[in-house]
Amino acid sequence: MIESLLVANRGEIARRVIATARRLGVRTVAVHSDVDAELPFVREADEAVPLGPAAPAESYRNAEKILAAAESTGARAIHPGYGFLSENADFARRVHAAGLTWVGPDPDVIDLMGDKIRARNAAAAAGMPVAPGTTEPVADEAAAVSAAAGIGYPIMVKAAAGGGGMGLAVATTEEELRKHVRTVRGFAERMFGDAGILLERYYPEARHVEVQLLGLADGTVTALGERNCSVQRRNQKLVEETPAHGLDPGLRERMIAAAIQVGKAVGYRSAGTVECLVHGEPGEQDYVFLEMNTRLQVEHPVTEAVWGLDLVEQQLRIASGLPPSVDLAALRPRGHAVEFRVNAEDPIRFLPGPGSITEWNEPAGEGVRIDAGYAHGTTVTPSYDSLMAKLIVHADTREAALARARAALESFTISGPKHNLPFHGELLDEPSFAAGTYTTAVLTRMRAARGA
Amino acid sequence: MAQQIVAELAANVWKVLVAEGSPVAAGDTLVILESMKMEIPVEAETAGTVSKLAVSEGGVLQEGDLIAEIS
Repeated sequence: MIESLLVANRGEIARRVIATARRLGVRTVAVHSDVDAELPFVREADEAVPLGPAAPAESYRNAEKILAAAESTGARAIHPGYGFLSENADFARRVHAAGLTWVGPDPDVIDLMGDKIRARNAAAAAGMPVAPGTTEPVADEAAAVSAAAGIGYPIMVKAAAGGGGMGLAVATTEEELRKHVRTVRGFAERMFGDAGILLERYYPEARHVEVQLLGLADGTVTALGERNCSVQRRNQKLVEETPAHGLDPGLRERMIAAAIQVGKAVGYRSAGTVECLVHGEPGEQDYVFLEMNTRLQVEHPVTEAVWGLDLVEQQLRIASGLPPSVDLAALRPRGHAVEFRVNAEDPIRFLPGPGSITEWNEPAGEGVRIDAGYAHGTTVTPSYDSLMAKLIVHADTREAALARARAALESFTISGPKHNLPFHGELLDEPSFAAGTYTTAVLTRMRAARGA
Repeated sequence: MAQQIVAELAANVWKVLVAEGSPVAAGDTLVILESMKMEIPVEAETAGTVSKLAVSEGGVLQEGDLIAEIS
């Protein structure tokens, strides 16, 4: 097993990775920006290295500073968490070049899956269905319009290098398509330094279902079930659950088998996720590949809850060339788990609301897990994303898990920053969520019901 | 009476799209704030002229800080 680990991230995920590493006797190094110096992950690491100003380019996205911190502390491995440098293949290559262990997949696989066009083609080649769409970058408006004739509206215009719900636009007419091709190209060039775009058929009433893969040190690829992540705002997830409820018989099995084939085809190692869209009415459901995330996901704890294992521990073991901590073939999922993202944002418009935390009381109890990046007396700054904590509930059935969630949400109190706990309470009352039949349109429906 | 536009939330000033003296219509975007990886456009509520611009790109705002005055 690796003996020391630098966690190149912040907040709840840094804290969560550090907790597992410490439990396994691995020496931990945190890195942090000036504004994060008081956060729990900094205190809980064996050592902490300040990186400088808050701006990500000067701290958590700064490869030089992070590699220098590894060198000065003698850390021999780097866990990137999610976001920041986690899907930056050049950084992974530099970690390798420095003689350190990268806790993640091969850099070439990160590159492949980071390009939405190449990723789509790789998934199709491995036998996973893909949405009708373009198989190479779309050169201009005219090319988009002619490709659209073969795809059919509505069409999603996507930045090939996009991610995190950014660089996406839906066109229902040729006029909108022309406009979005111009704006998404411009945005992609500015944001990602790559103007490449692709077109794909858009499914307005779909479910976002993803498969958790684990590529082992011996080269085998296995899956740990699926997650339904259809509660989203601005194409970003708010609530995730496993197992996915209300899928047609056989669909889950087909999706998981195909995801494993995708993982095998690209030689995937470590934890990764194949995201799919399930579309069609019950009884006529089908699915298509969406993208692959070559890192640990925010929502990984629901998988940990039902499978009863620690995914970060498996990542560290795989990176060390060790077999998993348990016999995965003998493992069976138990019960149902749901994660609620507790964000520093208002519960109606979802606008950010940073601030100093004057009150923070977490729920606790059987089947309740909190992964929090903040605590009483710390400050949520505007510099990073709005995720403050994740509430994960686990019980034998979905109904019991949701009842547990309701009680936990009621006893969770936060003062200072704005927060979306009231939104989660409303979601539990939303009929399609309660029934488990909801799609990615559930928030639009809630807003309409509210008359806002 | 000048209309005061203040920051609704703590944020960084990402883009400034007007200057002092610029004529604006209701709904025109004055500045784009950035907070928690989100872009938040700030719009003029009424037509007029930007009589005061209190921010510049890269600046940091607290909730309630003045952004601009329109008269």
